[in-house]
Amino acid sequence: MAAIALEDLRKVHGGSARPALAGLSLEIADGERLAIVGPSGSGKSTVLRLIAGLDLPTSGRVRIDNADVTDAPPESRDLAMVFQSYALYPHMTVRANLSFGLRMRGIDRAEIEARVVRVADSLGLRLYLDRKPAALSGGERQRVALGRAIVRHPKAFLFDEPLSNLDPQLRGRTRTELVTLHQRLGATMIYVTHDQEEAMTLGQRIAVLRDGHLEQVATPQELYDRPANRFVATFIGSPAMNLLEGTAARAAFTGAPGERANEQLCVGIRPQDVMLVSPEAGTLTGTVDVVEPLGHATVVHVRIDDTTRVVAVAPGRHHAHSGDPVGVQFASGRLHLFAADGRRRGDST
Amino acid sequence: MNALIKRVAMTALLVFWALPLCWMVLASLRPESALYATTATATAGFGGNHYRALFAERRFWQPMLNSIVVASSTTLLALVVAVPCAYAMARLQFRGKRALMAVVLAISTFPQVSIVPSLFLILRALGLIDTIPGLVLPYLTFATPLAVWLMAGFFRELPPDLEEAARLDGASRLRAAVEVALPLAAPAVATTAILTFLYAWNEFLFALSFTVSPDRQTVPVAIALLQGRYQVPWGQILAAAVTASVPVAVVVLAFQRRIVKGLTAGAVKG
Repeated sequence: MAAIALEDLRKVHGGSARPALAGLSLEIADGERLAIVGPSGSGKSTVLRLIAGLDLPTSGRVRIDNADVTDAPPESRDLAMVFQSYALYPHMTVRANLSFGLRMRGIDRAEIEARVVRVADSLGLRLYLDRKPAALSGGERQRVALGRAIVRHPKAFLFDEPLSNLDPQLRGRTRTELVTLHQRLGATMIYVTHDQEEAMTLGQRIAVLRDGHLEQVATPQELYDRPANRFVATFIGSPAMNLLEGTAARAAFTGAPGERANEQLCVGIRPQDVMLVSPEAGTLTGTVDVVEPLGHATVVHVRIDDTTRVVAVAPGRHHAHSGDPVGVQFASGRLHLFAADGRRRGDST
Repeated sequence: MNALIKRVAMTALLVFWALPLCWMVLASLRPESALYATTATATAGFGGNHYRALFAERRFWQPMLNSIVVASSTTLLALVVAVPCAYAMARLQFRGKRALMAVVLAISTFPQVSIVPSLFLILRALGLIDTIPGLVLPYLTFATPLAVWLMAGFFRELPPDLEEAARLDGASRLRAAVEVALPLAAPAVATTAILTFLYAWNEFLFALSFTVSPDRQTVPVAIALLQGRYQVPWGQILAAAVTASVPVAVVVLAFQRRIVKGLTAGAVKG
């Protein structure tokens, strides 16, 4: 168990002008489950590699339990990592894969065998112990990769998109298993993903990264309810938040502090907070463009004018048809306001 | 249709390659006079006379032994040096890596004949002329760079994830290389071994230049020197050629199984 602190981490890869990570500071509490999310190229995997010691930062420090490990080699950090490719040793049996880390630490044979069997049992791998990874399915390999991490009782777990190669059903189940595992072990976990939904379900806190910058760190609910800027607003939540560009007509438009007339503003509203009403009753009117029935809900794309579209999430079995005239109304108190530079602008009313 | 074309092409290639080989084997078993006969006389008997003459009178087992020792030692030493070197080239960051690789490549493409005189002087100064190490050492100058290039290419293809996983599992860089990368490199080591062995087995120029006594000759040199001034004993030369092909075939077959096995064992991603 360990607390991990990142202090102003910068990483510039050789031959690249743009830093992969531009000064990241983040503290992960002992036993916390943190998700790091961002689009590809945002630097999220770099963070994990710096914590693991697989890469060295250009500047900044990495601390584990207050000890500076910035320059320590990965083998001395006592962290476990689950790779996207699983990185199972193909020439070893499942048993050998699971015991490799224990063997490297010089634990005696009987103890290794006991721990391997216990972990294999808990992951349902008992019958596969003498197989090689090539003879396992994707889900089984994923469990071996997980087992290899658990068996060592590391200070912290690092996950690098370990579920992205699984089919959606298995992914959902494994996610739940990971949360259960975390509750059982109480270990620090850092989970990197590009999938915002995965981040929401797995992170007690979520760090959103873009272009090597930390955009926001908050609980899933906080991120959803009060995104710090336009990027976070559109990245978190599905379908993405509607953004309507405009100019403040009066200073009292939303009543947000510091608001000025004629300011370029952007209003955001989640599709879940958009209600479809009759054309006369709508704040805005338009025509239904595309209807996506999802079963539990219906996603309706509404064309307001040539450049403006609003996406609404209506209940399941919604009767809208393409071409229907429709009005849209915004749930009160659910508007998000962003300034021209993209930053959140006070609170909506 | 496609399959038919493929089959025809394969057969044509097989005939093209196998015919001289078959002819060589057949001819080595027939009396010399039958080689020059204009009609294929079925009456001329097959027999091992040429082989008997080759081994009994010409003591051909001596060059065979020399070649086996020289080629095996060259292969072994080249691999011992090249594998760690190639690993470092593929995985470690160090100054001048590119330049070093370029030099290695340049050396392996050097025309042999241009360094024979200087090598001769060096070997003479070391007292290694007409000795087995006197052949292995110069062979290494070509075999090692070749092996480094082949192996470095392979190590670069190996996903770094596996060694990184080993590092996090607590293995030092060296242990990760030895316990994870090296076993996975087995097929590449086998391929490199075959090529190095073939190279050393076929080498002629150095063997001719740096050996003096018949006791130190390797197979290619011995075969070339079989012909006398007034007479070419084709039967014996062909018998020698057949004999010389056997160890090569054995080595290739032995390692080939490993190569095929290695390819399937490596297919774990996905």
